[in-house]
Amino acid sequence: MTGVLPITLEESRKIVQALLYSGKEYVCVMKLHGNITKSNVEKVLKEFEDTIYQRPPLRASVKRQLRTRKIYYIDFLEMEGRNALFKVGCEGGTYIRKLCFDIGEVLGCGAHMQELRRTRAGPFIENENIVTLHDVAYSFMEWQQQKDEKILRKFIQPMEKALALVPKIYIRDSAVDAVCHGANLTAPGVLSLETGINNGSMAAVFTLKGESVALARASASTEEILNMEHGVVAKTERVLMPRGTYPKCWKSGEA
Amino acid sequence: MPRSIAPWEIKRKLLVKAEDKTNPRYGHIPEDRPAEEYMRYGVINLDKTAGPTSHEVAAWVKRILNLRQVGHGGTLEA
Repeated sequence: MTGVLPITLEESRKIVQALLYSGKEYVCVMKLHGNITKSNVEKVLKEFEDTIYQRPPLRASVKRQLRTRKIYYIDFLEMEGRNALFKVGCEGGTYIRKLCFDIGEVLGCGAHMQELRRTRAGPFIENENIVTLHDVAYSFMEWQQQKDEKILRKFIQPMEKALALVPKIYIRDSAVDAVCHGANLTAPGVLSLETGINNGSMAAVFTLKGESVALARASASTEEILNMEHGVVAKTERVLMPRGTYPKCWKSGEA
Repeated sequence: MPRSIAPWEIKRKLLVKAEDKTNPRYGHIPEDRPAEEYMRYGVINLDKTAGPTSHEVAAWVKRILNLRQVGHGGTLEA
């Protein structure tokens, strides 16, 4: 299996949870165990463009209980003999090996996954700033020798890139340090926010400079937050920015 | 039944609630972080080759970049 594998360095490991649940896209070669017409394969693939049930395979790193996963799209690409090539966009945690097996069952002839390449993991895609392990080694050495920061900024992306698909809430400088200390985000601190936030959904708290402050669980929708004057709008779940980056602007209870 | 929309197909709009400015003395625009900090708050979009596991690849990156902790976003195990 090859393809997009986001690598999180040091502090950015904190956003792994956001990446794990993000959607994925794969290009897959499926080997059919019988002779099936192209149109039949195309038809059956489309039937899987739905919410499907999967039990994680024997060799899996999660509990083996039946679970549902969304298949956003399956596009048939081409066929050569008994090899069928398709592209699939799916929810994180979908087992493509299982998917191929199940497609084979519906086709009646059986099938297995022959080859797999991940073309997307959340916001990271195959043809945008992708580097091989060799590129990493070479670029790092080149950067150390030439001290040209352009090299560094080319093969490493800021961790904010990993949060590109998470709806954002931009906050005032004066609200930043409280959130860094784990405080929940309240309405007066909010400057702007993206559409599509719902009560209970994950949101990313950002500064006006575009720095990530924390991952939070929204306690109201975008529309509700826009009209709120006080009260908690999001519960801080994972602080990403170190304390003291911005000045402390709140008064402690006693003093 | 219409198919579900993939997360990357969702178009979001930014709605403004209040206006304010940010003080340039604090923090950094992510792209302008000082080199060492940039690295510690960085992510690599790696093209994994066949063979090594995702875990092994992460360990190699850690050694190459001489960092203490490196992780990966989702095992590429299918």
